[in-house]
Amino acid sequence: MSSHELLIGLAGVLVAAAPIVFATIGETFTERSGIINLSVNGTILLAAMASFAVAVNTQSIVLGFLMGMAVGAIVALLVAFSSIALKQSQVAVGFVLTLMTRDLAYFLGNPYMGLQGPRVQNTPIPILSDIPVIGPLFFSHDPLTYFSFILIGLAWWWMFRTRPGLTLQAIGERPEAAYARGAAVNKLRYLYTALGGALVGLAGPTYSLSVKAGWKGTISGLDGIGWIALALTIFGGWDPVRGAIGAYFFALLQWLGLVLQPYLPNVPSQVLQVAPFPLMILTLLLVNIGNAEWVDRTLAGLPPDARRFIQRVLRWMQVVPPASLGVPFEEE
Amino acid sequence: MKPRWENLAFATAAVFVALAFTSLVLVTAGASPFEAYWYMLKGSLGSWAKISDVLVAWVPLLLATAGLLITFAAGLWNIGVEGQIVLGGIFTTWVLRLLQDSTLSPAFILILAITAGALGGALWAALAGLLKVFGGVNEIFGGLGLDFVAVALTLWLIFGPWKRPGIGSMSGTEPFPPQLWLPTLPGSRLSLWSLLIGVVSIAIVYFLLSGTYFGLKLKAVGKNPRAAYLLGIPTTRYLMMAFVLSGLFAGLAGAVQVTAVYHRLIPAISSGYGWLGLMVSMLINFQPAWAAPVTFFFAALNIGSIQLPIVLKLDSSLSGVLQGALVLSFLLMGGVRQRWLKKHQQEASDE
Amino acid sequence: MEIELRHIHKYFGPVHANDDITLTIPSGSIQGLLGENGAGKSTLMKILSGYLRPDAGEIRINGSPIEMHSPADAIRFGIGMLHQDPMDFPPMRVLDNFMVGYPEGLLLPREEARQALLDLSAQFGFSLDPDAYVESLTVGERQQLEIVRLLWLGAQVLIFDEPTTGISAQQKEKLFAALHRLADEGKTIIFVTHKLEEVELLCDQVAVLRAGKLVGEARPPYDLDALVEMMFGKVVTKGARVSAPLGKPVLQIKNLAVESHRLRIEGVNLEVREGEVIGLAGMEGSGQRQLLRACAGLIRPVEGEIWVDGHNLTGKSYHDFMRHGVAYVPAARLEEGLVPNLTLLEHMILADEQRGLIIDRQAALQLTKERIETFNIRGRPHSPIESLSGGNQQRALLALLRPGLRLLLMEHPTRGLDMESAIWVWQTLKRRCREERTAIFFMSSDLEEILHYSDRILVFFSGQVSEPIPATETDIEHLGQLIGGRGFNTPEEATP
Repeated sequence: MSSHELLIGLAGVLVAAAPIVFATIGETFTERSGIINLSVNGTILLAAMASFAVAVNTQSIVLGFLMGMAVGAIVALLVAFSSIALKQSQVAVGFVLTLMTRDLAYFLGNPYMGLQGPRVQNTPIPILSDIPVIGPLFFSHDPLTYFSFILIGLAWWWMFRTRPGLTLQAIGERPEAAYARGAAVNKLRYLYTALGGALVGLAGPTYSLSVKAGWKGTISGLDGIGWIALALTIFGGWDPVRGAIGAYFFALLQWLGLVLQPYLPNVPSQVLQVAPFPLMILTLLLVNIGNAEWVDRTLAGLPPDARRFIQRVLRWMQVVPPASLGVPFEEE
Repeated sequence: MKPRWENLAFATAAVFVALAFTSLVLVTAGASPFEAYWYMLKGSLGSWAKISDVLVAWVPLLLATAGLLITFAAGLWNIGVEGQIVLGGIFTTWVLRLLQDSTLSPAFILILAITAGALGGALWAALAGLLKVFGGVNEIFGGLGLDFVAVALTLWLIFGPWKRPGIGSMSGTEPFPPQLWLPTLPGSRLSLWSLLIGVVSIAIVYFLLSGTYFGLKLKAVGKNPRAAYLLGIPTTRYLMMAFVLSGLFAGLAGAVQVTAVYHRLIPAISSGYGWLGLMVSMLINFQPAWAAPVTFFFAALNIGSIQLPIVLKLDSSLSGVLQGALVLSFLLMGGVRQRWLKKHQQEASDE
Repeated sequence: MEIELRHIHKYFGPVHANDDITLTIPSGSIQGLLGENGAGKSTLMKILSGYLRPDAGEIRINGSPIEMHSPADAIRFGIGMLHQDPMDFPPMRVLDNFMVGYPEGLLLPREEARQALLDLSAQFGFSLDPDAYVESLTVGERQQLEIVRLLWLGAQVLIFDEPTTGISAQQKEKLFAALHRLADEGKTIIFVTHKLEEVELLCDQVAVLRAGKLVGEARPPYDLDALVEMMFGKVVTKGARVSAPLGKPVLQIKNLAVESHRLRIEGVNLEVREGEVIGLAGMEGSGQRQLLRACAGLIRPVEGEIWVDGHNLTGKSYHDFMRHGVAYVPAARLEEGLVPNLTLLEHMILADEQRGLIIDRQAALQLTKERIETFNIRGRPHSPIESLSGGNQQRALLALLRPGLRLLLMEHPTRGLDMESAIWVWQTLKRRCREERTAIFFMSSDLEEILHYSDRILVFFSGQVSEPIPATETDIEHLGQLIGGRGFNTPEEATP
C-alpha cells in the first residue's frame, strides 16, 4: 500500500470513528451520572432511520440531525424515567428498548430503503488542510468529524475542570452524599441522560447522512455499534478521552480487517469482520479480572515480590465503575 | 379492590397501552391498524395449517425461555442465549453430517444429534459463565461477544467447510435426507417429538425452580450472592450450573430448529428466539407457570406478521414492535401500579 | 443563630419517630441531644439539616420561620450536618471532596480551595493532605474534612451525629477542642450522642429523647442518674460481667499476616478457648475486619497458620471452615447476611441441612415457627426478610446459626440496635458460650461493649495488633489511648 493510500485510509478511520466517539462519550456521561442506558444499539438504528426519513422529506440535513438527536434523547429519557419515577430496572427497560427501537427502525424505515438522501459535504479547512500529512489527516473532513475532535476535549474539560463536572462525578459515586451537599441528584440524572442520549442519537444521522449515507435496513451494518459503544465506555474507565481512544482503536481494527483481507485469502471474511468482538471480550476481561475474588486468594499464596508486581499491573489495568451505576436514588 | 381483579385491570391496561402505541406506529406508516391486526390474526390462527406453524415456532421459543428462567433465577442476564441456540444448531448439524452415511438407525442418529445440540448450547453457555465467574466480565457483554462469534462461526461453516456443492449460499448447508428429519404429523411441519421436548422441558424447569433446594439456593444466589455464600451455598458452582442448564435448553432449541424445522444449518438458525425468550421472561415476571401461554402468543405474533409484507407491503418487524411494546408497557405499568399502591397505603395509614 | 424547633412530628409508616418535639437551641453553645439508639435523635437532626421533611411543625432561625426542602436549602441557611458515616466520596481525593457542593462558579476554584483547606485545618490542628484519597483516611480524619468543608461554606450551625464512634482518644481530644472553639466563635453546635460522659465533658445544655418524645432537658452540673432515667424510663443495666468457664483451645493463630488493599497486619499469635469471648477494638479500617475474615477463611492469609480444633485450615475456603463449625456473621445485615425478597421461612430452609432434592415445606414451616418463638422474632414465616426491623433481622441472623458451633465470628453484633435488643443478643451469645462451648471472636466500635462482654481484648492500630489484654485489666480511657496508637511502636508519636 502506498503512503498516500495509508494516509487516506487513516483519515477514513477518523471519519468512521466519529459516530462511535459520539455514542461512547454520550454513554459515558449518562453512566457517570449513575444511569445505564442499554438501549444504545437500537437507538442508533432508530435515530439513523428517523433522521434519514426527515432529511429526505424536508431536504434539510439540519432537521435530520435534530431529529436524530431528539430520538436519542427521548429513548434515553424513557430509561431514566422508568428507573427514577417508576423504580423499574434500568437494565430491563434498556434491553427491551434496544430491541424495540431496532424493530421500529426496520418497520418505519421500510419505505425509505435504498432511497437517495442529502449528504453532509466535506469542508476542508483552508490553509490547514494543505499541510502535508497532518492536513489530509485532520483538517480535510466534514463538520461532524471536526465536532468529534472538539467533543473529546470539551467532554474532558467539563468533567474534570468544572464545578458541575465534579458534581456529575459525585452523583454517580454516592448520590446520598451529593444530595446532602445540595445536588439535585435525580434532576441532574435526567439532564445527563438526555444529553448523553442526544449524543448517542447524533451517531445515527452521522451514519445515515454522512459515513454510510442512506437507509439499508437490516444490512445497514449499524447493528452492533451501540453494543461496542457500551463496551468502550467500560473499557475507557468512564473517562471520555480514554473511551474515545478506544473508539479510534476499534475503527482502526475494522479498517485493518478490510485492508488485510486480500492478503489473507485463507482466512474467511467473517473472522476478520467479527474479530473486534472477541477482542472486546478480551479487553473487558483484562480490565475486570483484578476484581475477581479468586485472584485475591491466588495472589495471597504467592511470594511477596511476585504478588506485589502482579498487583501493581492489575491496578494499572483496572477500571472501577461509578459506585451507584444502575442503582436508583430516593430523594425524600 | 381485591388483588385478583386488580391484577386483571392492570394487565388489561398494559395490553391496551401497548396496542395503542403499536396502532400509532402503524398509522404513522400509513397503514390501518385494524387491517394489520386482522391479517396477523388470520395469518396465525386462521387455519389449522397456520396454527401448526405457530406451534412449530412455539417449541424453540419455549425451550429458550425455559432455559432463561433458570439464569434469571440466578440473577443473570444471559444475553448469550442467541449464540447458545446457534451452537446447538451447529453441533446438531455436525453430528448429523458425521453420521448420515453410517449404518446407525435414523432414530438413534437423531437422538445423538439432538443430545449433541444440547451439549453445544451448554458448552457455549459455560464459556460465558467462565468469563463472568472467573474473568469478571459482565455476562451481558460476554454473552453478546459470543453471540457475534457464533454467527460468524455459522457463516464460515456455511460458506466454507460445510458449503453446498457448487457455491456456498445464504440458503445454508445441504438439506438432510427425510429420514433424518424429526417425524412430523401428516400434512404439517409440526413434529410431536419437538412438542414433547418443549413441554417436558418447561415442566422440568417449573419443578426445579419451585420445589427443589437447588431452585431456592439458586434464587438466593440471584438475589444476594454474598449472603448466599455466607449461608453455605457454593455460589460459583451454582452460577456455572445456571449457565450450563440454560445453555442446554437453548441448545435443544437449536437442535429442534435443525432437525424439525429447517433440516439444515442456515445463517439465522436461532431466528431471534433468544432475544424473544428474554422478552417473554421479563413479561411473565420470571414465573414459569406463564411461560407456555405467553410464548405461544409471541410465536403467533411472529407467524402472523409474516403476512404483512405480502398483503400490506409492511415490514414484518411489526411483531417485534408489538412484543417490545407489550413488555415495556407491563414494566412501566408495574411501576405506576407500585406508586399508586404506595400512595394508597400512605393515605390508609394516615386515616 | 438561635434555632427553634416547634412541634415537630415525623412518621415512618406507623412508626412515630418524632412526637411533638419543641426545643430551643441558643447560639454560641454546645447543645447535647441524648438518647439511646432508635430514640429519634438522628431523625430530628436530619429534619433540621434539610435531609428529611417534617410531617408537621416548624423550624425557626432567630425567630423567623424557615422552610427547607432539601439539604441544599439548609446549607444556604447555614446549617450543616456531620453524619455518623461521613457523607463523602471515598474514591475521590480530599481536595475534590472538599470542593463538591461549592455553590457557585463554573470553573473549579482549585487554588482557593486548597489554601482554604490548609488554613482551616491548621486553625484546628488537623493535618489533612489535599491530594490523598478519602478512602485512605480514618473516620476521624474524614470528620475533620467535613468540619472544615462546612466552615468554608459558611455554616453557622453544625450538627454532629454520634461523632465519637470509631475514633481514637487523641482524635476525640482534637474534636472536643475544635467544638469548644467553634462555640466560642458564636457558632451553634448540636452534639448527638448516647454517651453520658461526653455530655458531661462537652455540653452547655442537654435535651433527652426517648421513643420519639422530648422527655426532659438539663443544664450542668448534670445528675447522671436522672439523665439515665430520662433516657431509658427505668433503670437498665447490662448486668454484671459474666464469663463462661474456659475449655480446650478452639482456634489457634500462629504468626498470621493478612493483606488487603492498603493494609497489612502481621505477627498475630493467639489461642482462643471454648467459651471464651475475644473482642477486637480499634478504629475502623485498622485491620480487625481482615483478621476476622481470615479466621473464617474468607480471606487467605499471606503468612502464618490457622488451626481450628486441631485441624490446619490455613488457605482453605469459608465453606471448609463451616464444616469445622465456624460461622461468620457480617455487620451489614441486608447487604451480606440476609437475602432480600426471600422470606423468613426460606432463610430457615437454606440455613438448615439439605434433606434430599425436594423441599418439605410443611416440616420447614413447623421449624420456622419454633425458631420465631425461641428467638422472639417479630415477624411471620412468610414475611419477606427486609420487612423486619433491624433488631429482628439480627435475631433472625442468630436464629439461622447452626447449634453446636465451635467458633462464632461477628462483625459489630449490636450495631444500630436499641439497648434491649443489644442486651438480648449478648444474653443469647453468652448462653452459647456456656452451654455449647462456643468461642466468640467479635469486633465493635463500642468500647463499652468490648469491655463488658470480652474476656480478652486485642487492640488494632494501623495494622499492628496488640497482645491480648484481659478485660479486667483495662478501661475505656486506656483502650481509647491504645486505639489511637499510644503504646504501639510507631516512628513518631501517633497521629491525628
